[in-house]
Amino acid sequence: MSILVNKDSKIICQGITGNQGSFHAEQCIAYGTQVVAGVTPGRGGEDHLGVPVYNTMREAVAKTGADVSMIYVPAPFAADAILEAADSGVGLIVCITEGIPVLDMVKVKSALRSFDCRLIGPNCPGIITPDECKIGIMPGFIHQKGKIGVVSRSGTLTYEAVYQTTQNGLGQSTCVGIGGDPVRGMNFIDCLQLFEADPETEGVVMVGEIGGTDEEAAAEFIKSDVSKPVVAYIAGVTAPAGKRMGHAGAIIAGGKGTAEDKFRALDAAGVATVRSPAELGSRMQELLQG
Amino acid sequence: MNLHEYQSKQLFAEFGIPVPEGIAADSPEAAALAAEKLGGDLWVVKAQVHAGGRGKAGGVKLARSTDEVRQYAEEMLGTQLVTHQSGPEGLPVNIVYVEVGSQIERELYLSMLVDREVSKVAFIASAAGGMDIEQVAADTPEQILTVAVSADAGLQPYQARQLAFGLDLNKTQSRQFADLIQKLYQLFCDCDASLVEVNPLIVTKAGDVLALDAKINIEDNALFRQVRLTDMRDPSQEDAKEREAAEHDLNYVSLDGNIACMVNGAGLAMATMDLIKLHGGEPANFLDVGGGATSERVSAAFKLILSNTNVAAILVNIFGGIVRCDLIAQGIIAAVKEVGVSVPVVVRLEGTNVDKGRELLAESGLDIISAEDLTDAAQKAVAAAGN
Repeated sequence: MSILVNKDSKIICQGITGNQGSFHAEQCIAYGTQVVAGVTPGRGGEDHLGVPVYNTMREAVAKTGADVSMIYVPAPFAADAILEAADSGVGLIVCITEGIPVLDMVKVKSALRSFDCRLIGPNCPGIITPDECKIGIMPGFIHQKGKIGVVSRSGTLTYEAVYQTTQNGLGQSTCVGIGGDPVRGMNFIDCLQLFEADPETEGVVMVGEIGGTDEEAAAEFIKSDVSKPVVAYIAGVTAPAGKRMGHAGAIIAGGKGTAEDKFRALDAAGVATVRSPAELGSRMQELLQG
Repeated sequence: MNLHEYQSKQLFAEFGIPVPEGIAADSPEAAALAAEKLGGDLWVVKAQVHAGGRGKAGGVKLARSTDEVRQYAEEMLGTQLVTHQSGPEGLPVNIVYVEVGSQIERELYLSMLVDREVSKVAFIASAAGGMDIEQVAADTPEQILTVAVSADAGLQPYQARQLAFGLDLNKTQSRQFADLIQKLYQLFCDCDASLVEVNPLIVTKAGDVLALDAKINIEDNALFRQVRLTDMRDPSQEDAKEREAAEHDLNYVSLDGNIACMVNGAGLAMATMDLIKLHGGEPANFLDVGGGATSERVSAAFKLILSNTNVAAILVNIFGGIVRCDLIAQGIIAAVKEVGVSVPVVVRLEGTNVDKGRELLAESGLDIISAEDLTDAAQKAVAAAGN
């Protein structure tokens, strides 16, 4: 088991003929992911990376029966691409694109309520179930099939958590990068819920950062609904208020969203927090052995 | 991107939101002329800087004659205004805004932002206007009113009523207020604002609702479709280093410490700062070089970091995923040689081809301290900086 994606997932890549889409779709295929088609408007009928390209998502889904979309469409057109994916009937949309205007995402979030699908991202590394399915830009080789669920707002910090749990032999069930934007699809709670229900996942590593109150909400949820051990780290203890730290969503605004607030909420919920990201893997190992 | 008050008020006026009449001026003479043109016998001279708290800092003055307008403009223009939000060096006053004075009956607070908890645009209002709203929210949260707008349905009349009754406005004022926030919502959406703040929104002695102050921030991600607003950018109000970084596609934020960091990925960059602090040091900056850490970018990053004279050591922390560590190592070596780095450089590399990358660094003959892991890197950087 795993969550959301596995060896049977069939993926369409929106923006497959672009630089980013082409490069990363090729890496996904090399990992063994079933990328069954691409979509680029106006390029229908071509073959790219050995898969057919279609003009529209509806056509691509009808022809291939795919159930996941992976989006590398440039930011000005990404909101449209997400909604096209939703309308095509896929159950999962993974949007890697960085820099989508937040008001576009406000509209997308609202419109997505009328579709039966989940969105991961945008501005995220994607999702991977090791040895089965890699959807996104993460380096596949650092992963190892195993028992830890990873959920994170940051790309490279996800890799740190993955690397550490690979080094100490725990491995990962599924890793989800939920992205660094303030308005996004799946959140910590959605992933925690799925990890809690997944028999293969024995513990969850959660990596948050400054900005918003999603980690605080996750802390409440863990307290009431998660029985599996959770190790958490929050980046940005030293971040000054009012300054955007790289990610659009990583900003302490109006006195809200400090790392200390998040640590406090997680500690109060009984989550095993670590003050150093170097201890994510070792802390999880202690919990599983204890 | 932040707009000045005078620019924000120009947009307010375009959208039909009532503001006092005013004219921007860049010299004392122009300010006096502006006052003459505006007419009346009471004016406000306001320093145009990208920081709040101007009033307490002497950046807002009431003038009762055009001579006074000239005098205040002269005192403000060409100076650095230091407010509690501007940083210790303050911000340059290149423009003053001369406005007709208003007779204030009540001061209210109104702002708009994207409420990330509900993924909607939200209005925040309070009868406690003209004050520090964060303080009001902390001390008397019951004085804060909020409504979140459905992206599909738009702002509804009942939401305007909720706010208007909450602010204790009379019937005429409520109607004016409802009209004002409808237009404000339009402005927010059309301009891709990330923040609109009116503090204070006033009720005049004549009983009308008026935006006495205006602050608009435009979302950076949407600037590609806000060309006209992009032209309103005032670089003099921005941190020079942060601006230079942005030109190289680098994310940089200055901090007060002496250990500079160069990292790929925003989350890891923050975590690296935290690790330095955890091990007894102080970070000098946040710097995300992004996924493609090419030698050009790394060079630009080194130059940027070293322009801060406080820097006593540099910590480079790269998790090479799809980018190979040997390529990154080559980039670091080339940059260190080109830039002539004079402080200790600690490098932690991890990921694809890491052994080859470390080998290259070791053989380079440069004074580069190699670190094994995150903790080792932070400890070595703190030691190298002499903390």
